[in-house]
Amino acid sequence: MNMLSRKASQGCHGQDSSYFLGWQEYDKNPYHPIQNSTGIIQMGLAENQLSFDLLKSWLRRNPDIVGLKNDGVSVFRELALFQDYHGLPALKNELVDFMAKIRGNGIKFAPEKLVLAAGATPANEILMFCLADPGEAFILPTPYYPGFDRDLKWRTGVEIVPMHCSSSNGFRITSCALEQAYQQAQKLHLNVKGVLITNPSNPLGITMTKTELNDLVDFAIDKNIHIISDEIYSGTVFNSPRFISIMEVVNERISVNNTTSIWNRIHIVYSLSKDLGVPGFRVGMIYSNNETVVAAATKMSSFGLVSSQTQYLVANLLKDKKFTFKYMEETHRRLKRRKEMLVSGLRNAGIRCLKSNAGLFCWVDMRHLLSSATFEAEKELWKRILCQVGLNISPGSSCHCCEPGWFRVCFANMSEDTLKVAMRRMKAFTDSNISAVNDGNKRVHC
Amino acid sequence: MGLGNESHQLLSKIATNDKHGENSPYFDGWKAYDSNAFHATKNPQGVIQMGLAENQLCFDLIEEWIGNNPNASICTAEGVNQFKYIANFQDYHGLLEFRKAVANFMSKVRGGRVSFDPDRILMSGGATGANELIMFCLADPGDAFLVPSPYYPAFVRDLCWRTRAQLIPVECHSTNNFKITREALEAAYKKAKDDNINVKGETLKSIVDFINEKNIHLVCDEIYAATVFRAPCFVSVSEVMQDMEHCKRDLIHIIYSLSKDLGLPGFRVGIVYSYNDEVVNCGRKMSSFGLVSSQTQHFLAAMLSDDKFVERFLAESSRRLAARHNHFTKGLEKVNITCLPSNAGLFCWMNLRSLLKEQTFEGEMMLWRVIINEVKLNVSPGSAFDCSEPGWYRVCFANMDNETVDVALKRIRAFVGKETEKPVEPKRWKSNLRLSFSARRFDENVMSPHMMSPHSPMPHSPLVKAT
Repeated sequence: MNMLSRKASQGCHGQDSSYFLGWQEYDKNPYHPIQNSTGIIQMGLAENQLSFDLLKSWLRRNPDIVGLKNDGVSVFRELALFQDYHGLPALKNELVDFMAKIRGNGIKFAPEKLVLAAGATPANEILMFCLADPGEAFILPTPYYPGFDRDLKWRTGVEIVPMHCSSSNGFRITSCALEQAYQQAQKLHLNVKGVLITNPSNPLGITMTKTELNDLVDFAIDKNIHIISDEIYSGTVFNSPRFISIMEVVNERISVNNTTSIWNRIHIVYSLSKDLGVPGFRVGMIYSNNETVVAAATKMSSFGLVSSQTQYLVANLLKDKKFTFKYMEETHRRLKRRKEMLVSGLRNAGIRCLKSNAGLFCWVDMRHLLSSATFEAEKELWKRILCQVGLNISPGSSCHCCEPGWFRVCFANMSEDTLKVAMRRMKAFTDSNISAVNDGNKRVHC
Repeated sequence: MGLGNESHQLLSKIATNDKHGENSPYFDGWKAYDSNAFHATKNPQGVIQMGLAENQLCFDLIEEWIGNNPNASICTAEGVNQFKYIANFQDYHGLLEFRKAVANFMSKVRGGRVSFDPDRILMSGGATGANELIMFCLADPGDAFLVPSPYYPAFVRDLCWRTRAQLIPVECHSTNNFKITREALEAAYKKAKDDNINVKGETLKSIVDFINEKNIHLVCDEIYAATVFRAPCFVSVSEVMQDMEHCKRDLIHIIYSLSKDLGLPGFRVGIVYSYNDEVVNCGRKMSSFGLVSSQTQHFLAAMLSDDKFVERFLAESSRRLAARHNHFTKGLEKVNITCLPSNAGLFCWMNLRSLLKEQTFEGEMMLWRVIINEVKLNVSPGSAFDCSEPGWYRVCFANMDNETVDVALKRIRAFVGKETEKPVEPKRWKSNLRLSFSARRFDENVMSPHMMSPHSPMPHSPLVKAT
């Protein structure tokens, strides 16, 4: 008898991919400006480390939170005991306001439709458990966040059917591609329950257009399926065009056509890990118009509630509207500047990026550096960049991209100086690479 | 609620079945409490909550420690320099200092008789998440675990809901004080095999022989380990293993949490400790679905590595629990109500069989409704715990102050006094409590305190009303 479950024995958590192997190499030899200046620079981590100073100074100005006091009375006891899976009402009120603000206050969100979970990781898994039985499928446009292979499939038994987007149209979603993916699912005898999009996109760093969103809604109406919109990067939009949420597009439809059934099949996933840069706090959430989903998801959130002391801290932080407004403004400014540094640094090395307006990374075109237009060549190039150049970036294949040669490069998880070092290294590499690119016999070992 | 046909097709089976266990008739007890909660001054006639296994006895000790250790918080002037590192830390290994502190604490709780390896400590979303996680690692859909009854009602949800594993109860009886017997284990195991169910494991203490022999897993939920207030002292499965010559370590796993021992259920600190390397590796990846907030890890790392504080806390907590237990049980004895002799936990297993009109589960339910409606105490009937005998009730005593305990005792005494004087007559209750009731099996009828109450345990808390 197999002593463990199949889930434990198989490798289907998706953590054997290069996305994670790069991390391991980094851990063995991490860059430090003084102690290890030849170490590997981590550019594979989509973290927002640009604005901690703002959070710290807010904490210094708010001793009440520090003393866990509410109007002078200690709330420690109540927090210690608070395990209600409906979540702290004050926090949910602030979160819906915050979400509305990010969407230009064009949508109103209701706190009772919000379900808290310990990060977007469990939030996505919970939605899978609620919307699909084992063996059923969700369509995901590629390239997509590698963690989805674990979060959506591993313990749920749900399948992912990739919908391949290509550089020919800037990796945009089209009705045609959606339909093709659906047909592919039929061929595989997979029952499609919905489409999951990440908007703004990881790894592309772009916001979806209204056309794309409308095409998606048309498709979901036609097939009678769900749409999950992972909007975890919605607060990192630093340039036009503005962020348009799926909810905005569906709201427009309702008022025009009075069709309500698609309304019940729209679900948003959000988290504070990227916008506020606090991934350690595990603050994720699901927003759904579907009462049954909200009810079931609320119960499932028992398996990963948000720590009450964290709920309290975040509720108070977000309550300070003046602060959050300034914070978002300043963060956007810093993200934009940082992204431009990366883009110009890469341009200097003869490398182009997909034009982006959001996210903590750029989608970088290194097809011209491949020895051949294959994924083997992409892997070789990735290893060379990891070991020779000393940059941990994410190869497009780990994001299931259908074209070899694209890489995701993060820019918000390091200091400016470190980014400059990375850019210098890249320049040196491409300068030397021009002579070495056809030397396919070179073996690279870390 | 829109639970129409459309919902059922559009959504998964899990989302639309009842296996979360919350549609049980026992929910009505909670409704009675929520709509009429006791308050010493504002609502002295209200329902007293005795269905919540919380430990509220030692907050003062923790609050004092917090006041003396501002660097444990990332929000204070002393601790804010850690803010960036901690807020950014999402590694599923967990902070090393947190794991060391938890290993240290677990060892102290066991009197230092065993030590724990910080690298085997996995985080999860409370014991709720921990129990589900270990099931995902050990059991495939359809596989089963044997669980001695009576058991914590929410095990059905935690072990079976999303994992699709099965729970097979192993009946225990009052004739031997509800001890687990080899015979009962064998009987349950055989029945499962006859029904073609693949048994993967046990959730017992000290029945390591049985599991070694059958080559099945043993999961020990030791969540109440530090609530032992009297001899015999706690013997953990980790100690049993130490003393055994041929124990298959790969089969042993411990579930733990800080919700009961420290009284911090809100902080969601669940721990899976496994002696099986593969389970540790796989479980660590799964912990991504319920990591402990880094802010909380940081705080607890500081508090639990303060040896002086831990030792003092454990001693004082034991003392207070013993005092509370003693006070409560002596109060019950005054009206000839006995409880199962106990030395741990935050509750008593109260024997009210003599007060049942009929020795059936209907009789138990009838009496339970009387206790809710007339005596105004929310206690938990034994059938919610899948107990095989009617007439037992779990009564929590550590989630209130001394004065409230006395009010509860007074009410019980008054009720028993009345009941023992009156002739035996069935009562009819005009209440909106549902009378529909299935006497058959109770695996769907679960009631877990935290999942049942839509509000925090302190209904007048400003936290619950959005401020």
